[in-house]
Amino acid sequence: MSATMLTVKELNFYYSKTQVLRDVNIEIPGNEVTAIIGPSGCGKSSFLKALNRLYEIIPGARVTGEIIYNGGNLLSRDVDVVGLRKEIGMVFQRPNPFPKSIYANVAYGPRLHGVKRKELDRIVEESLRKAGLWDEVKDKLNKSGLDLSGGEQQRLCIARCLAVEPKIILMDEPCSALDPIATAKIEDLIYNLKQDYTVIIVTHNMQQAARVSDKTAVFLTGGKMVEYGETVKIFENPENKIVEDYITGKFG
Amino acid sequence: MTNKQTSLFRRKLHERTIKYFFFACAATSIVVLFFIAIFLFHEGVGVFRVVEITDFLSGRRWAPARVQPILGILPMLLGSLFVTVGAMIVAVPLGLSAAVYIAEIAPPKIKNPIKSAIELLAGIPSVVYGFIGLVFLVPWLQETFNLPTGFTALTGSLLLGVMAVPIIASISEDAIYAVPRDFREASYALGATKWQTITRAVLPASISGISAAIILGGMSRVIGETMTVLMVTGNAPIIPDSICSFLRPVRTMTASVALEMGEAAKGGIHYSALFAIGLVLFTITFLLNLIADFILHRYKEAQKR
Ligand SMILES: Nc1ncnc2c1ncn2[C@@H]1O[C@H](COP(=O)(O)OP(=O)(O)OP(=O)(O)O)[C@@H](O)[C@H]1O
Ligand SMILES: [Mg+2]
Repeated sequence: MSATMLTVKELNFYYSKTQVLRDVNIEIPGNEVTAIIGPSGCGKSSFLKALNRLYEIIPGARVTGEIIYNGGNLLSRDVDVVGLRKEIGMVFQRPNPFPKSIYANVAYGPRLHGVKRKELDRIVEESLRKAGLWDEVKDKLNKSGLDLSGGEQQRLCIARCLAVEPKIILMDEPCSALDPIATAKIEDLIYNLKQDYTVIIVTHNMQQAARVSDKTAVFLTGGKMVEYGETVKIFENPENKIVEDYITGKFG
Repeated sequence: MTNKQTSLFRRKLHERTIKYFFFACAATSIVVLFFIAIFLFHEGVGVFRVVEITDFLSGRRWAPARVQPILGILPMLLGSLFVTVGAMIVAVPLGLSAAVYIAEIAPPKIKNPIKSAIELLAGIPSVVYGFIGLVFLVPWLQETFNLPTGFTALTGSLLLGVMAVPIIASISEDAIYAVPRDFREASYALGATKWQTITRAVLPASISGISAAIILGGMSRVIGETMTVLMVTGNAPIIPDSICSFLRPVRTMTASVALEMGEAAKGGIHYSALFAIGLVLFTITFLLNLIADFILHRYKEAQKR
């Protein structure tokens, strides 16, 4: 049993007046993959955005509750958001490399945080290696990141995220825009990542959740988390009837 | 014909009519452009029987009304260049900052008032700018820099710079606005501050659109602007040759044409020379447009991938 990385307590999430998450409580273990599943619009993306406080760039979005990380509440006002986002990275649903070179994409984060030039080459190579992209791109680091295929772009985005040396990686449906082969590569990657990182992945694909995750949280419409536990248990023997219906595809 | 066929036929006719109407509108502008070019060329080309085109462009003296006219437009060419460059130095930072502020920083409540104010600025006729320049800027510059006259290239640059701000701001804002939200999210998620996100992710991604704004909205407008420069730059055909020339009078190409058109006899060499200046202006604007188009096209290609 690995130590708890994040403890979410009574989390509520609002877009202006509309509440999209209700009293979510969850303990996310370190060095494991936690899957978040649930029907469209139940607040999965919003949940991720609370964890790295990315909701703050959305006008009108606000949260209440606590998210304990490193002994403190990361939602509290005096937390340094820049430092927080360095430690909690994010990969998005649509691959979104910058219209810059492959190198510049990976180096973007380290450069922001003042990493020395000499260090950059090493970081770029290491990150691309970890993302399983190095061999494919090592001869064309100066080519635009937009010239890569969708799957390669997504791995580039993962490399870009790894380059700032995060502890936690949030992934919001990272494979939904990819074909099965590219998806399989990313899934392998996620499996390997958990040695060094804590991964929280939102997915619409039940099989994917079952394949890659150790724990699964099920959110349902209305923004409530209805069940959370070992993935095997959730998929084979859920406590909740609704969860069973959802997983077996009776609705959702 | 059955009823159904009739209505189908009607609808097709209707669609065709609309199509041809718009085609006619678009075609008109091309035809007009074509005729303007032909006309300029027709009226201006005569001067090149008297003077070589290279001498015309690089000649340092302009004395068109003499019996043996001397036709060198270098003073005006450089005059226009100086005023334009000066205006861009004023307009680009202001216009770009305004665009960034409106697109990225301004809270929604004050965003629209500011946009309206800037659009209003674009609606002020150039003669009003000239007038304001004449009354305030000219004497102020003369006193501040202790000059023999306040009618200088700088006066023109400052006014034209302010005049170019709205158009640069609004085209740049569109370019910034068109940057996908994904890039911003990615940047913030990597721990970038707002300022870093603007300068490292948003602006680089919209650089082509911004360049086009500067070239189209700024340079090609400013170089063709006449009334304001006529009123405040002194119009002396002195060759501007150093940075100090900003504090001396200059004459732009547009001012020359406007000033001398009345006194040039129709069909004469002088008259033809003024049209040749028009032709030079037309060519410059045309080239600037081509460059802007090229940049924008490449930008669109890049965005597609
Ligand atoms: N920026 C926003 N402003 C207002 N409402 C929003 C915003 N983003 C999302 N919402 C609403 O909040 C609710 C939850 O959205 P969220 O994106 O978190 O759902 P999700 O579970 O990720 O859905 P999906 O599976 O479709 O990605 C939805 O009803 C959505 O319409
Ligand atoms: Mg989502």
